[in-house]
This record gives sequence, C-alpha cells and structure tokens, in this order.
Amino acid sequence: MDTDQQVIIGLEIHCQLNTKTKLFCGCSAEFQGAPPNTHCCPICLGLPGAMPRLNKQAVIYALKVAKALNLEVPEYSEFSRKNYFYPDLPKAYQISQYDKPIAEKGYLEIENDEGHTKVVRITRIHLEEDPGRLVHKTGRDRAGYSLVDYNRSSIPLIEIVTEPDLRSPKEARRFLNKLRSTLEYLEVFDGEREGAIRVDANISIKGHNRVECKNISSYKGVEKALNFEITRQRNLIRRGQYITRETRHFMEGRGITTSSRSKEEENDYRYFPEPDLRPLRVRSWLDGVELPELPDARRDRFMRDYGISVNHARTLTGDLKVADFYEQIAGVDPNLAATWVADILLGELNYRSMKIDEIPAINIGDLIALIRDDAITDKSGVEVLRTMLDHCLNKEDCPMPADIVAEAGLGKVKGGEFDAVIASVVEANPQAVSDYLAGKKGALNFLVGQVMKETRGRADPKVLNAQMSTYLDALEE
Amino acid sequence: MVNESDVEGIAKLADISISKEELGAFTSRFNDILEYFDILDQVPPGEEGVPDLGNVLREDVVTPSLSQEEATANAGGTEDGFIRAPRVM
Repeated sequence: MDTDQQVIIGLEIHCQLNTKTKLFCGCSAEFQGAPPNTHCCPICLGLPGAMPRLNKQAVIYALKVAKALNLEVPEYSEFSRKNYFYPDLPKAYQISQYDKPIAEKGYLEIENDEGHTKVVRITRIHLEEDPGRLVHKTGRDRAGYSLVDYNRSSIPLIEIVTEPDLRSPKEARRFLNKLRSTLEYLEVFDGEREGAIRVDANISIKGHNRVECKNISSYKGVEKALNFEITRQRNLIRRGQYITRETRHFMEGRGITTSSRSKEEENDYRYFPEPDLRPLRVRSWLDGVELPELPDARRDRFMRDYGISVNHARTLTGDLKVADFYEQIAGVDPNLAATWVADILLGELNYRSMKIDEIPAINIGDLIALIRDDAITDKSGVEVLRTMLDHCLNKEDCPMPADIVAEAGLGKVKGGEFDAVIASVVEANPQAVSDYLAGKKGALNFLVGQVMKETRGRADPKVLNAQMSTYLDALEE
Repeated sequence: MVNESDVEGIAKLADISISKEELGAFTSRFNDILEYFDILDQVPPGEEGVPDLGNVLREDVVTPSLSQEEATANAGGTEDGFIRAPRVM
C-alpha cells in the first residue's frame, strides 16, 4: 500500500457492565424489555437534592478489566461532571471521569492482517453513567419531539480508549472481537445485550486531519463505518480537497457517515470534579482482583490438551460459551468435536440466528460419537444436526441423534445392502456403464452419485466407489 | 477578571438568554464572586475542614424503584409512559 495513504484508527469503546444495579443508585440494571421509566428513582432521574452513591461492584469490574488489559491503576482517581444539554441527561450533566481516570496505559494483543501478533495500546479506561434512551417522533407540526425513557439512565459503562494503533477496518474489527471475548471471559459484560457496546472511531489518513465517527452500535457497523470514511477521505484527498476536522455521525441503516456538528457548535463540556462523590483510592485493591483464564491462555491450552489446530482453537475460544460447549464434548473425540463445532455447528447456528446455549451439548456429543463409531456418514451427520437445530429453533424438545437416525433410516448402509442398489443403478444406466467400460472413468462418479441418491447419502462414498468399480470391472470380464 | 464576551459564552453554554442590558450587570456580579474567591485564597490551609475520605461505596444490592406514575409525575408531558421532551438536534 502507498505509505502516504496509511490509515490511522483509534477507538473509544463504551461497554455496559453487567452489575445488578445502576452506577449511582440501587435501581435494577435489568431494564431490557421493561416498560419505560419503571427502573428509576430520584437519583437516576436527577431530582433536586438526590445524591449519587457509587456501586462498589462497578469499581471492581473496572479494576478487573484494567488488570486484564494490563493497565496501571493510579493511586488517586475521581469523577467529573460533563456538562451539556440534551434530554437523555436529566441532570444536564453526565457523571464521568476526566483527567483522573480509574486506569491508564495498558495494551491488548491481537492478530494483524498478516496473522502476526500486534500490540494495541490502551490509553485509559474510565467509569461513567449511560444516558437515558430517546425515541424521536415526528409530530403533526413536523417539528417533532422526543420521548425519553430513563431506565437506561445511570447504567454503568466503562469507556475504553485506544491509542491510534489500528491500521485497517479489519484490524479494528478484530480488536473489538478480542476485547468483547476478553470482557465476556471476565464476566463483566454481556455482549448479546442490545446496545451493550457502542463505539466511536477516530480515523485519519496519514498527514491529514482526523475525523471522529460516532454512533456505531454493532461490530459489523465498525467495519462498515470505517470503510466508508476511508473511501470518503481518500476521494477528497485525490481531488486535492481539504479534510475538515469534524465529528460525523454513522447512519447504520444507510452505511454512511454524515457531518453532525459544525465548528462553532463544538461542545465545551466544562468538566469539573464531581462534588457529590468522594475520590477513589483503589490501587491496592488490584492485588485482590483475580483473573480467570483469558482467551489466549485458553486457546493455547486447547492446542496443548486436545491437540487441535490453532485455527480451531482460536475459533472455539473466541466466544466463552462456545469454548465451554466444546469442553463438554471434547472427551468424545477432541479433533472430531473441534471440526464439528468450529466448522459446521457454528455456521448452522448462525444460519438460524441461534445461540450455542440453545442446543444441549449432550446431543452434539452423541452425534459426534455416532460419526466417530462410523454409524453414520458425515453427510447424514449434517442432516441429523439440522433436524436437531430445527427442533430447538421451534422450541421443541431436542431429539437425540440416535432417534433421528433410526426414524429417518439414516444409518450407514453396510456391505450387502449396497449390492441390490448398485445392480439396479447399473441396469438403469446402460450408457454410463458402457462409457465407463470404454475407458471414460468419469462415468463412475455419475453411477456412484446415483447410488448415493438412492440411499440418501447413507453410503460411505469411499467404500461405495470401490464397490462400484469392482462391480463394473467384473462386468467387463 | 471576566469580560462581557466570557459571560455571553457562559450564558450560551448554560442555555440561558441574557439581554444586552443585563450583560453588564452579570459581568460585574461574576467579578464580585471571583473576588470572594481571592479572599478565600488568603485563608491558610489547615487541619480543619472536610476529612479526606475516599472509597465511599455501596454494595450492588437492588432497592425498589419508583412507579412509572411517580417517575413521570413532574414531567411536562407524557406519552405511553415516556416523558415528552422537545426535539433537540
């Protein structure tokens, strides 16, 4: 790539911590699906005189993240008010952290585009409260108005800020995936929750102004927004135009970014230390924070203990639930289980928008045992898997593989069972047979295919091939 | 010392409109307040005052929230349990 066109990306990632209660009050944080304004109290509604009370668990979770991402925790940190007017903030300020964040200077290792380990530096992480949720309406007067739900107001967030170390949208996506799996392993975050992660991206082409791209709320969106921005900025540069330093808004539905704030409206947040909260002195707590086995360590252990490939190990450990699932059935046959989970099951689940915890591990374990014991072919195995998943998808009891095999007659056709089918296929296709006998070996595939069709994939193709050619060669003699 | 354009800027950030006539009065009041801080700065730092507490935290235990009716009772307008707000942006 032309070095003058080097892409420089830094990310700011907001993640909801999965505490039981909000950051500054005891309202339940389990607000998903609840009617609007039912998880609120005087504190998270910003009523006059209400005082914030900091959630200890949120602080511990932030320290866990800090330790896992190799950050330093300063002796002293404090909260600050970020002042701005917007209806999602009932207090007209957000309690955040400004110049004294809870942790600074860490890193996370990812793989770069060439497959090498790359260190992405983390500038800082800080704690802050989530604002409420707005629903924009268009009124009869076309002016419009907003509906506000404060259930989300004061849900604890950590903001993780990276240095501008990322060099491509793909790399940014990989960083986010790695971060997500790390946070899930730490059990501080539920990535499946809608809006649990929100990303702002700073992006520039080397030597030109930086653009901040806000409002990216999905993993896929990050790559899309960055790709759009790179193309937009490169086109401007090619035409000799100037890149304005600005904030742009990502419109997920249209996959584009639009300019959202002109310079004179640039916010001055007038940060100042939050007078209603005492500072934190939690550096010494870090020693007591215990980390679980993290994704990289688990990947290495999978390769060591189960003898599976690095690609399988990486896929299986990228998601905590998938890794746990694999370990439940690895005993059946570690390699076969790795192949079936990483290469087949995940795709079939994705196709049905299902999650891995919607299927019992024992069913997949039994399926792999049938394949291991040569009781069914791989092709039938996929059919059994699909039948099980379709049942799970319809919220029915998941049938056991052996029952599906028996019911659908999917058991591998053995030995003598072939003979009659082979004979009838040979009889029905004289042209192919004579082609084969005339030396056109490709005709064998056609005949084998016919037998496969007749036996609905229950025959082992290798065995069938051999048997068919023996049968045909015998005809010649 | 602050001047009139500082006060205009602060008023804008605070979403308060100040007329041209009021601007002079507010500017001198701002400066009066800042002068009080100059006086406070002369007080020698001592042992007294607010103790330097840190780590004032609460346990992660759920406490009851308000009902939707209570939570929205002070709102200027509501719709389906939401609070109605003027559209910003």
